Amino acid sequence: MRREKLRALSPLDEPRSPTELRIRQLRARDLLRGDLEGAALEQHVNESVLTTTLDKTMRWGRANSIFPATFGLACCAIEMMSIVSPRYDIARFGAENMRASPRQADMLILSGRVAIKMAPVVRRLYDQMLEPKWVISMGACSSSGGMFANYAVVQGADKFMPVDIHVPGCPPRPEALVYGFNKLQRMILGSPDPGWRRRYNAIGTEEWAREATGEASREEAEAYAAAREASVAHDAALAGESG
Amino acid sequence: MPDAPGLELIAQELDSLREGTVLGTYHEHGQACLIVDPDAVLHALRWLRDTPGQEYRFLASLHGVDYLPAEPRFGVVYELLNMPRVERLRVRAALADPGGDELPEIDTCISLFPAAEFQEREVYDFFGIAFRGHPDLRRILMPEDYVGWPQRRDFPIGGEPVIFTHNEREVPRWFE
Repeated sequence: MRREKLRALSPLDEPRSPTELRIRQLRARDLLRGDLEGAALEQHVNESVLTTTLDKTMRWGRANSIFPATFGLACCAIEMMSIVSPRYDIARFGAENMRASPRQADMLILSGRVAIKMAPVVRRLYDQMLEPKWVISMGACSSSGGMFANYAVVQGADKFMPVDIHVPGCPPRPEALVYGFNKLQRMILGSPDPGWRRRYNAIGTEEWAREATGEASREEAEAYAAAREASVAHDAALAGESG
Repeated sequence: MPDAPGLELIAQELDSLREGTVLGTYHEHGQACLIVDPDAVLHALRWLRDTPGQEYRFLASLHGVDYLPAEPRFGVVYELLNMPRVERLRVRAALADPGGDELPEIDTCISLFPAAEFQEREVYDFFGIAFRGHPDLRRILMPEDYVGWPQRRDFPIGGEPVIFTHNEREVPRWFE
């Protein structure tokens, strides 16, 4: 019954019998040879080609192959490590590949309290990651300081870096983290622009020229040009000092 | 652990060698403590380390204390240990607060116990007690550019106020 339902939902027809599958295989072979013509070609296209938009495909690919950085801060990291275990198995969502370098990672999980001495280090790791990049703030401490309302701990990691998903808990159970990760996936699938630049007043810090894509608003293009001018002026001032 | 009479003997002998070294003693919960004058702390430590019959050769810990309303305000505590006899003796230097931005000062004991170097840096880091003659006195745990001495009792706790129903009227401008 369930299989029937899935078949009805699927945009592609599934072969109904082994014979039909064999016929399709032969048709595919003929296509590669260039022998397929007319009605048979039409049928092959109907059976095996799915149309969509490039954007959607890219988002689908991004959301389902997120590489998290191998990065733990405190006790939440123990819970975070268990999400790659067979019991919680984040590999189901394509995120089992923990990268040891921020330059290869797409997602940073802030798992634990961020001490004021650690904050610049975390920020540097975040800056080293290539865009598009996402951050999950895991647990009460990295979201708000949690129980450590004192001189040594940053009261919420989004004071110094953008955060996409906050997972509550002390520490959150691995299920909660996986749920937060699914929320992030849904966010990526839904909108290509996470919108954090607007939220954190960071328009103009893009690593690519958005005006070239034709998607940038006037405000964004101006901010980008201003940021570029400032950076050029900064470089010139440095060159003047050394020269 | 020297018992109470043993502690008094140590105190008398130290005081007879140099007047005004020992300011007081106490013996509580089976722990013996000598309260000494900060200017004579090296004399006391050296005597306890080298005198036959004492031989407290091991500095188990060195830490600072802030007794804010009390006077003198600060304490630098040396936990000494005689390993063969498994006897512990606490030596506390009572340091007054010079007031203002000035730091209270005490002699470093690195010449007697080299292991004290990092622990003295830690005391400096958290209590702002300067150790005279320390070769490398800078912060050890807090960031180098941190301002203030966070474990002093008059240092603000930090953090941000969290609103509950019982304190929402006391936290100013909480609705912003």
